[in-house]
Amino acid sequence: MMEAFAFYALAALIVGFGVMVIAARNPVHSVVFLVLNFLGIAVMYVVLGAEFLAVIQVLVYAGGIVVLYLFVVMLVTLKRAPEAHQDPHRKTGLGVGLAAAVLAEVIAILVYTSSAAPVLTTAVSAAALKTPALTGNTEQVGWALYTDYLIPFEVASMLLLAAMIGAILFARRAD
Amino acid sequence: MSETWILPLVQIAVVLNAILISVTYIVLLERKVIAWVQSRLGPMRVGPWGTLQPIADVLKLMLKEDITPIRVDRPLFTLAPIMSLVPALITFAVIPFGGHVTLFGHDVPLFIADVNIGLLYIVSVTSIGIYGIILAGYASNSKYPLLAGLRASAQLISYEVAVTMMLVSIVVTSGTLSMVGIGEAQRTSGVWFAFIQPVALVVLFIGGLAETNRSPFDLAEAEQELTGGFHTEYSGMRFALFFLAEYANMIVVSGVMVTLFFGGWLQPFPNIAALSFLGFVPGWIWFLVKVFFFLYLFIWIRATLPRYRYDQLMRLGWKVLIPVALVNLAVTAVVKVLR
Amino acid sequence: MHFVPITPYHYLVLAAALFTLGVIGVMVRRNIIILFMSIELMLNAVNLNFVAFSRLHQHVVGQVFALFVIAVAAAEAAVGLGILLAFYRNKETLNVDDVNLLRG
Repeated sequence: MMEAFAFYALAALIVGFGVMVIAARNPVHSVVFLVLNFLGIAVMYVVLGAEFLAVIQVLVYAGGIVVLYLFVVMLVTLKRAPEAHQDPHRKTGLGVGLAAAVLAEVIAILVYTSSAAPVLTTAVSAAALKTPALTGNTEQVGWALYTDYLIPFEVASMLLLAAMIGAILFARRAD
Repeated sequence: MSETWILPLVQIAVVLNAILISVTYIVLLERKVIAWVQSRLGPMRVGPWGTLQPIADVLKLMLKEDITPIRVDRPLFTLAPIMSLVPALITFAVIPFGGHVTLFGHDVPLFIADVNIGLLYIVSVTSIGIYGIILAGYASNSKYPLLAGLRASAQLISYEVAVTMMLVSIVVTSGTLSMVGIGEAQRTSGVWFAFIQPVALVVLFIGGLAETNRSPFDLAEAEQELTGGFHTEYSGMRFALFFLAEYANMIVVSGVMVTLFFGGWLQPFPNIAALSFLGFVPGWIWFLVKVFFFLYLFIWIRATLPRYRYDQLMRLGWKVLIPVALVNLAVTAVVKVLR
Repeated sequence: MHFVPITPYHYLVLAAALFTLGVIGVMVRRNIIILFMSIELMLNAVNLNFVAFSRLHQHVVGQVFALFVIAVAAAEAAVGLGILLAFYRNKETLNVDDVNLLRG
C-alpha cells in the first residue's frame, strides 16, 4: 500500500516536472524543473531498492551535469529568444501527435503482456517485493563493477578522460 | 505500526529545534570571539553579557520589510533560499549524535537514520545546496549577484572533488559508508582516524571551509567583494534563510569531521585504564564538546586569516588539494591492501 | 487503484512516458540547450527501465549498466556543451534551425 502511494505520487511528480522541462519558456526554469525531475527519479530508485544508484544520480546527474547546463544557460545571454520566429517547415503538432500515438501503443503492449499471462504477473509482483540481497546494495554494485565488468569500467574512465580533454579544448579561446 | 513513526518524528523535532536555536547562538559566539580577538567586547547590551542578542537578531530579521526588486525572477527568487537551507538541514538525518541511550524504558538511538550509504548521502545533498547560490545570483537580475553567484558555485564545485576523495579514503580505512559504522570502526580499532589519516583531516578541513563559504574562502559573500555577493538583493526573512543555511552547513561540516576523525561520540583515550572515569560522561556530551571545538576553530580562523583572492583560491583547490588528495587516496588503498 | 500491487510494468509505463516526453522535447523545441536536456530525460527513462528490471530479476547488472549510462551522459554533456559554446561564439544564436553551415 505504501509502495503504491509512493509510486503514484512520485510518478505524477516526475511526469509533471518532465512536462514543465519541455514546456517552460525560460531556459533557466527548464533547468530547475530538470533538477526536480532528477531528484524525483532518485527517490524512485530508492523505492526500487537501488540506493547507491540513487545517491550517484543526485551527486553526478543533478549535482554535476545539470549545474553544467545551468552555467552554460547563464553564460549564453540572448537578446532575442530562439523561438521568436516560426520555421514554416516545422510541424510541431504532427510531431506531438505521433509521439503520443507511439506512447499509447507502448502502453497498450505493456498492459496486454501484463494481463495476458496472469500467473506470470503474480510471480513478477511477488518477485518485485523481495529485496535484493544480503550484503548491501553498494557492496554488490562494487563487486560486479570490479570483477565481471572491469573492462567496461576502465573503458568508461578513458571515455571520461577523453571527454574532459575535449571539453577543455573547446572552452579555450583561439589565441 | 504507529509506534515506529513516533520516535523518528520526535527525533526530527528535537534535532531541528536544537539546530535552529544553536545556529542563532553560534552567530553570537562568533561575534563575541572575534571581538575578544580584536580586544573589544562584542554585543553586551541585550541581556547579561549580550546573551539575549540572538533573540533580538531573530526578531529584527522576522519583522524587517521584505524588499523584492521589481524585475526579479519571482519563483526562483523565492526558491533559492529554500534550496540553500533544505539540504543543510536534511543532512542532520544521518549525523550520529551518540550511541544508544535508554529513555523512559525505550532504547532510543541518538541518530535519526542509520543509512548504509550515509557519507555518500551527505556529499550528494551538499551538492544540491549549490543550486541555492546559483539561482539566488541569477534571480536577482543584477550584475554583481550574478557574478558572485557563479564564482561561489565554481568554488564549491572545485572543492567538492578534493572533499569527496578524502571521504573515500576514510571509507577505505573504515570499510563502511555508514556514519554510525565509521564511529563504531573507531571504537574497534582503538585509535581515532585523525591519527591514521592526518592528511585527510587537513584537506577535509580546508575543503570544509571552502564548501561553507567561510573565511578565508568567503569571497562570495563578503561585503567588500562585489557589494555583498549573491545575497545582495535579499532582505528580511529570505536573507535570514541564507544565513541559517551557512551556519547550519558549518555545524554539518563540524559534525562530519568529528564523526570521521575524532571518534564521534566515543570518549578519548579508551585504552588508558586510568582515564576510564571519562566513560561516565554520556556520548552525546563528548560529541557536543568536539563539535563546539571545531566551531570555535572555524571562528578563530575567520578572526585571524586574510581572505583569499579568487584565482589564488581556485589554484589552491585544483593544483594543491586535488593532487594531495589523490596521493593520499592511493597510499591509503595500498596500505589497506598490504595489511 | 491501491489494490493493484506495483509490478515492474508500472515502472516500464512510467519510463515510456518519460521517454516520449524527451522525444517530444527534441522535436518541438528549437533551443539547443532544451534539446540536450530532453536527451537527458530520455537517458533517465532508460535508466529507470534498467533499474526496474534489475529489481525484477534480482541481479545487480541493471544498476551497473545504469551507472555506465550516467557516466556516458556526463561525458556527452561536457563535450556537447563545449561544442555548443564554440558554435555560439561564432554564430550568436541558439536556434537549432540555424545550425546549417554545411548546407550546400
